[in-house]
Amino acid sequence: MTEAFDILTTASLWAAVLRIATPLIFGVLGALICERAGVLNLGIEGIMTLGAMVGWLTVFWGGDLWTGLAVAVLAGMLMGWLHAMLTVPLGLSQHVSGLGITLFASALAYYLYRLWVEVGDLPPTIEPFQPWAVPGLSSIPFVGEVVFTQMPPTYVALILVVLVAWVLNRTPMGLALRMTGENPHAVEAQGLNPVRIRIWAVMVGSGIMALGGAFLTTATFNSFFPTMVQGRGWICIALVVFASWRPGKALIGALLFALFDAFQLRLQTVVEGVPYQLFLMAPYVLSIVALVLVARRARVPEALMQPYRRGER
Amino acid sequence: MRFERREEVSVAALVLAPFVAVLAALVLCAGLIAMAGVSPWTAYGEMLTGAFGSRLAVTETLTRASPLILTGLAAAVAFRARLWNIGGEGQFYMGALAAAALGHSVVVGLPLPLAWAALALAGMAAGAVLLLIPALLRLRFGVDEVVTTLLLNFVALLFVGLMVEGVLKDPMAFGWPQSVPVAAGLRLPDLVPRSRLHVGLVLAVVVAGIIWLVQSRTVFGAETRAAGLNPRAAAFAGVPITATLAKVAILSGGLAGLAGAVEVLGPVGYVTTTMSPGFGYAGIVVAMLAALHPVGVVAASVFVATVFVGADAMSRATGVPSFIADVIMAVALLAMLVALLFATYRVRT
Amino acid sequence: MTGTKAAGPVLELEGITKRFGALVANDDVSIALKTGEVLALLGENGAGKTTLMNILFGHYAADAGEVRVMGKPLPPGKPQAAIAAGVGMVHQHFSLAGNLTVLENIVIGSESLWKVGMDREVQARKIAELSKTFGLPVDPEARVADLSVGERQRVEILKALYREARILILDEPTAVLARPEAEQLFRILRGMAQGGLSIIFISHKLHEVMGASDRVVVLRGGKVVAERATAETNPAELAELMVGRAVARPKREAHAAGAPVVVAKGLSASQGGGMALDRVDFEVREGEILGIVGVSGNGQAMLGRVLSGLARPDAGTITFQGRDIGWMTPREAVRMGIGRVPEDRHAEGVVGDLSLWENAILERLPEHSGWGFVKRRAAQDFTEALIKRFDIRGAGPATRTRALSGGNMQKLILGRNLAAGPRFLLANQPTRGLDEGAIAAVHRELLMARAEGAAILLISEDLDEAVGLADRLQAIVKGRLSAPLAAEAADARKLGLMMAGVWGTADAV
Repeated sequence: MTEAFDILTTASLWAAVLRIATPLIFGVLGALICERAGVLNLGIEGIMTLGAMVGWLTVFWGGDLWTGLAVAVLAGMLMGWLHAMLTVPLGLSQHVSGLGITLFASALAYYLYRLWVEVGDLPPTIEPFQPWAVPGLSSIPFVGEVVFTQMPPTYVALILVVLVAWVLNRTPMGLALRMTGENPHAVEAQGLNPVRIRIWAVMVGSGIMALGGAFLTTATFNSFFPTMVQGRGWICIALVVFASWRPGKALIGALLFALFDAFQLRLQTVVEGVPYQLFLMAPYVLSIVALVLVARRARVPEALMQPYRRGER
Repeated sequence: MRFERREEVSVAALVLAPFVAVLAALVLCAGLIAMAGVSPWTAYGEMLTGAFGSRLAVTETLTRASPLILTGLAAAVAFRARLWNIGGEGQFYMGALAAAALGHSVVVGLPLPLAWAALALAGMAAGAVLLLIPALLRLRFGVDEVVTTLLLNFVALLFVGLMVEGVLKDPMAFGWPQSVPVAAGLRLPDLVPRSRLHVGLVLAVVVAGIIWLVQSRTVFGAETRAAGLNPRAAAFAGVPITATLAKVAILSGGLAGLAGAVEVLGPVGYVTTTMSPGFGYAGIVVAMLAALHPVGVVAASVFVATVFVGADAMSRATGVPSFIADVIMAVALLAMLVALLFATYRVRT
Repeated sequence: MTGTKAAGPVLELEGITKRFGALVANDDVSIALKTGEVLALLGENGAGKTTLMNILFGHYAADAGEVRVMGKPLPPGKPQAAIAAGVGMVHQHFSLAGNLTVLENIVIGSESLWKVGMDREVQARKIAELSKTFGLPVDPEARVADLSVGERQRVEILKALYREARILILDEPTAVLARPEAEQLFRILRGMAQGGLSIIFISHKLHEVMGASDRVVVLRGGKVVAERATAETNPAELAELMVGRAVARPKREAHAAGAPVVVAKGLSASQGGGMALDRVDFEVREGEILGIVGVSGNGQAMLGRVLSGLARPDAGTITFQGRDIGWMTPREAVRMGIGRVPEDRHAEGVVGDLSLWENAILERLPEHSGWGFVKRRAAQDFTEALIKRFDIRGAGPATRTRALSGGNMQKLILGRNLAAGPRFLLANQPTRGLDEGAIAAVHRELLMARAEGAAILLISEDLDEAVGLADRLQAIVKGRLSAPLAAEAADARKLGLMMAGVWGTADAV
């Protein structure tokens, strides 16, 4: 067991935690924005897949890495727009529409990838993001190595957490968004348009989710392959509940999750005789356990999953 | 623009909706096919030939449709009661695993009908247990079953991997991760000689008929519909909501598990982690295209099987990636949602 | 600042017409409101009052007609424009978000969405000032879900004032308030009018209209049927104008009650940590109607749930013909001969998307089935008989229940209960939201069941209904039940005190 404990004290483990957490942070923030406005976005798994594909493809075709991320955001927003159109003005089931978006976005990603990319024995690769040491701060012992020697999108994710929390809690726009998720009729009664607010929230949220996917192909790995998102989107949906719809707690949730993941990866090499599948199962089981633990305490946005139709109460 | 619920929904509109949805999907996906430099007419023509052009093609399409009917029914019965079972894929694998595990040796020697019944029940039980977990978590703790069933799909697949590389590994498979085979005598008889089509198709169609009867004529069916449409009113009228949902979970998980068991006993013979090309997920599309009607499920399964089998052949002939089948299915699902909306609501400006 | 009533109208509605399908909700309605005036809009349910106000506020666009504020026309269908023009609306069902704070509920929409940051201190100060000026105390940092109904209404009014409303519209403002709270509200509104605000309130309660308004506009069937200065009219005239015809509610005939059927002793039940029912005693006798009166939200819902078999008491006993029924299920209740009319028809009474016949037998599925199969033929015949006997109009057994009007839906629910000749009937708000004709029909059925010897527990917020039907009355206040009062001995003063929770032992029977 001392070996297990030793793992926990290495800086490389904690640096890996932040790296593993990054796609989850993007995903959970995006899902959170949608849900705070009252729309469950189960399109997340497909949106992350599509984001991963187009982000990678842009770079593969000669764009730079940041352009790749930008294109991924646009693709995510497009899918978000579709989900929003179906669930907000048309008021269709958010569950079914979201699953439809996941099927559509991932199928589209695979189709276009096969169409446009010549795949040999191994998938083609790009030159991914490299860690960037923040001048000065990265020389702080331990912390510098863990926090300030990350790949640039990780810094973006961390800044985004603060930004989303600030917008939600400290600006009129955030208030309007939260109110839309609690009681859209109240929003309309005050002269704002809850339909437009929901549509934009879902689009922005979806764009951020797509960044999570793009991180996988431009930073974690250097290529795209089918099923690479591996349920990370669903885990993010669970993390939003676990975080009680708060950005700060969402960050903590994503980090805890990544810690567990990084720890088990290293544990696999230390502990022998345990089938690797059991380690791989752990994140999914852990998500379910987390959901059960917070289920009764969670303060769900009251209008979540309730279609808003004008004049209909 | 406002939507008003129609007081009486015409049956014609409901029957027409899936056709409109499919047509819309084919039109929209024609653009994607054209991007591959292939005429959509050619591609769709190749798909039709690939699915129905020969005796072999027809049997392949129907073989593909058989498990889809069962997973489609699994989704349909659950959705009817507003139990969002998205875990059909995992339940399929659990059913398959149970059938292979018992069918290899345990039930060998029993009279054939008894052995089949035991294997079918085992498959159903395995699928039902996997859905009962999230169903009970929802009833007991209020945990949304969409996320839990989705997550359990991954757990189930890893569990299958664990089994086929572990205790159920076939030592004769040259190291390939596949399970021990079902005893040869237990395999389901072929429906058409020299094809993979087996009596599983007949079984699936009969099951669809039974589900229709149960839903439309029995107390359980009435309770399920009431509980799905308005749980508060159903509870007030004395429908035991928890028990009803638990029964629905057993039925739905059982149907998906049965699909897996039949697939193992029929065309495949053993379990691998890649034996399902997404039967569980496609079942959701099937159920939606069928507007959750058991008879519609049969038709929708044939359509989805046509797209998949046809797309493989078309892809070989034209080079258009076969993932186009998944795109068509997803677009058809989304279009169906919109078509159903216009069938049940009218637009006012 | 005394009532400076300027000459020109501050608000004009001219020729407003609005149709919903075949229904004409508003038919060429014209109304003018003067500055500093309190105008009452009187009408029955379905007279078109709420639709009219929703058009005025821009929730709906009218099919024809115009709304003018200070002579300037408002663009149709734009709440934003109405707010900017100084119109504020207090909805009957509050438009508040329970999870957010009072401040957040008030300031939403008052600033550009693109503004960076919010100055909560300035906002809190402005709210505090408004609170003080108008006598509407609230804590800006409180969570709305933690507030009482009266406090929530203050938040609603503050919302309008915060947006600098000059014209205030209140839709049925006293529907959820107790008498003293309602009186306080009208005092505040009067003060606002004297301060120069113009007020329209919607009501169907005559005493409120007489007591609190300067002028009354009576709406019936979507049309303005009369306009009177309040000082020059009387309740009798208004009642006739409102109803349009003399609809006589059936009268209760005296007859002796029999043995107790349902007896509750020390019955308590909790909900979400609080006591919903607190040591309640009552008995309902054969051939008798016991009326439970009170402002909604005082434990009626829990009483209904316990008697329907949906909730379990924590303490005390409740017996039906001597059997303990604290632990019965809804099905057992039905089997024993307990009829149940739920509080909310749409939410609990029927499954709207099932057919009439399915709803008719849903409570009695076990008797209408054999070998697990529903006896459809027999069920449809049964429904056919209900339709005839209870005069359910506009539908056959196969019609979707959603298509029924409220009155016909209630007849179906009553019918499926009364057809079996129940020994005990729970009628929870049986006429809420119905028109006079349907109310009379429901009352007739209840009295007929009483004449046939059923014991009936009537839970009602409508005092006229309770006094008209019940043999004895008990008031429910914060989960406690007053001692019973014989209907003959009930007068406005005693009932008012009873419902306010002032229970002198001298008045009890």
